[in-house]
Amino acid sequence: MSDGVLLFVVLPYVGLALAIVGTIYRLKYRKFSVSSLSTQLLENRQLFWGSISFHWGIVSILTGHLLVLLVPVGFQAWNGSPVRLYLLEITGFALGVWALGGLAVLIYRRLTSRRIQAVTTPMDLVVLTLLFAQVVTGLWIAGGYRWGSFWGTGVFAPWIWSLLTFRPRPDLVANLPVVLQTHVTLFWLFLVAFPFTRLVHIITAPFQYILRPWQLVGWVRRDRVAPRPEIPTRVGTGV
Amino acid sequence: MDVRAHMSMLFHLDKCIGCHTCSVACKNLWTDRKGAEYMWWNNVETRPGTGYPTGWEDQEHYRGGWEKNWVGVELKLHSRPQGLANLFYNPALPELDDYYEPFTFRYEDLFNAPEGEHQPTAIPISAITGDPIDIQAGPNWDDDLSGSNIYAANDPNMVDVAAEVREQMSEIERVVFNYLPRICNHCLNPACVAACPSGAIYKRGEDGVVLVNEDKCRAWRMCVSACPYKKVYYNWSTGKSEKCILCFPRMETGQAPACAHSCVGRIRYMGVLLYDADLIQWAAEGPEEELFDRQNEVILDPFDPAVIAAAKENGIDDGTMAAAQKSPAYRFVKEWKLALPLHAEYRTIAMMFYIPPLSPVVSTIEEGLVRLDISPEQIDFELFQGLEKARLPIKYLANLFSAGNEEVIEKILRKMLAVRIYKRRQSVEGFIDEATEAMIESAGTTPEEIEAIYRLTTLPTMQERFVFPPYHREMSAEAMYGDPLARKGETGLGYTAAPKRGA
Repeated sequence: MSDGVLLFVVLPYVGLALAIVGTIYRLKYRKFSVSSLSTQLLENRQLFWGSISFHWGIVSILTGHLLVLLVPVGFQAWNGSPVRLYLLEITGFALGVWALGGLAVLIYRRLTSRRIQAVTTPMDLVVLTLLFAQVVTGLWIAGGYRWGSFWGTGVFAPWIWSLLTFRPRPDLVANLPVVLQTHVTLFWLFLVAFPFTRLVHIITAPFQYILRPWQLVGWVRRDRVAPRPEIPTRVGTGV
Repeated sequence: MDVRAHMSMLFHLDKCIGCHTCSVACKNLWTDRKGAEYMWWNNVETRPGTGYPTGWEDQEHYRGGWEKNWVGVELKLHSRPQGLANLFYNPALPELDDYYEPFTFRYEDLFNAPEGEHQPTAIPISAITGDPIDIQAGPNWDDDLSGSNIYAANDPNMVDVAAEVREQMSEIERVVFNYLPRICNHCLNPACVAACPSGAIYKRGEDGVVLVNEDKCRAWRMCVSACPYKKVYYNWSTGKSEKCILCFPRMETGQAPACAHSCVGRIRYMGVLLYDADLIQWAAEGPEEELFDRQNEVILDPFDPAVIAAAKENGIDDGTMAAAQKSPAYRFVKEWKLALPLHAEYRTIAMMFYIPPLSPVVSTIEEGLVRLDISPEQIDFELFQGLEKARLPIKYLANLFSAGNEEVIEKILRKMLAVRIYKRRQSVEGFIDEATEAMIESAGTTPEEIEAIYRLTTLPTMQERFVFPPYHREMSAEAMYGDPLARKGETGLGYTAAPKRGA
């Protein structure tokens, strides 16, 4: 088994399996542990600069990646004209820098604020390290190689689809520059970490809030009017 | 008519001595835990004062409650899309220092300190970081105004009190204050429930208790901001929101909530109020001056045959109905109209009620000082005629309890004063003169009502103060899980893991 298979076939499947099974298990049986673990109460000012930049930056970037995966043809068409290609590349880079700036503030805050240190778990540091490495390699690719968006549609999308359709083609990524390989490998590590860290809060994003009624009422007994259920007599069970 | 039952607490502020026994009972029972040290589900504030968290009534700053605009009634905190956009950073969240940084003392130093010239001391340390801290604030830091008029001067309710009155109030011989115990108001139109993006907070249909489902809470912390009373707290350790649960496990077993049960002054009453859930929106949307009257409409008469029939239809059992008919909350709030919710203008339809304090009012007239040249009987009547000269400004009480409507407060104080004067005449003079009879009439009350108010105010037994319906939890258990005996020998239901911070 070559390195390519280990990194570009085995790891992706391990990551996906862990992320799916682990997350479902945690959401079903460890509900109390699922939280965004906000620290805003403890420290407010730096969070303003860190959290907003990081979250909006990373959400836009991730949406971009997802779109490349879903509609690679659209991106190819868009990049047909150099002006639009520049626009896309510059926007992506700027958003990445925005996210990195926010992340830097968050890391600084977590390492220096005494109150934040009191609630920091080792997993928080794992998450921050992974994220930092991920954003840095992403920016490196965007700045150092031409052109990231072509690579995305030409190699990245087909490779992910080959994995998702269970016909893995590690050869697609085996000969890419190391930075790119690192970037994708970090993503799978990210998935491995997903169910064991606060990252699970991503999939609990409460979009249902847009539609749900303002007020929620819960009844201990839903069938309040229903007659008392008949209690069967227990005979001979020895209890 | 959608009749539902609500457990409501009533605070007779005239009787509150500000001893904080309620707060301590609550703290010992519920919030004596890591992450909850700074929470006071029940707290007692000195008023006028800034309260806890500091200045909580300043809704331009904290953005709690509902506001009426051209669309209707909406959260002051956010629209729904704004709520989602603010998940990453909530601009209206109070900081820990708006409450205070919890602290403890390094007691082991008292034993472990090396032998020396001086007595060892236990230095204060932060309960969060463990570092030594210079304590800046703590629970009840403003108790009895803490020897300063700064707390009173910064009270948001003082804004439209006349400048010369405020000036007078800060003079040392005229300082006046009363106490305001506060718990979660378990509102009919709770802003915390509406603001929670996860839908983790809900109101119990059976008794109106508002609860946070901590399994669903994701720490988006919108509830903390949206509650205008700042009675939802964020546990910084577990990463979940928590609030007063009205001691529902105690109520379900027929016991009063810990705060009410332990109350030394016996200021707290508790009982069922029946309300019409169909009218909630109508009541919340009313013009400011009508808000309390509309809330009074929402509360139903448990003796009305139509209400009884509708309640039965809705599955409210006879035990609850009987409790509603004996409810002290009903008598004070609806029958005698002596009690008001705190800050009706927040439009959450708070269901805990307050009888405004009379004592700091009667203690004086005539430019704020007691007059010695007239007899006590005359003072009674003079005050009855001239409530506007009261030492604790009516305007201030109106800002607290009736959305600024002084008339409502005056009516209540007159009635309470009528009770006091009537009973004083009766027990001291032995008869009721014509002047007193006229005074009673102008207060809109009758001798019979006065007797009843007097009895429930001064002589109630514990059973009269706390009237709980049978909760029939055994029936709930059967309805939900079937035969309870089938579960015998099992480990039980509910949490199987300790409430620990997730990774």
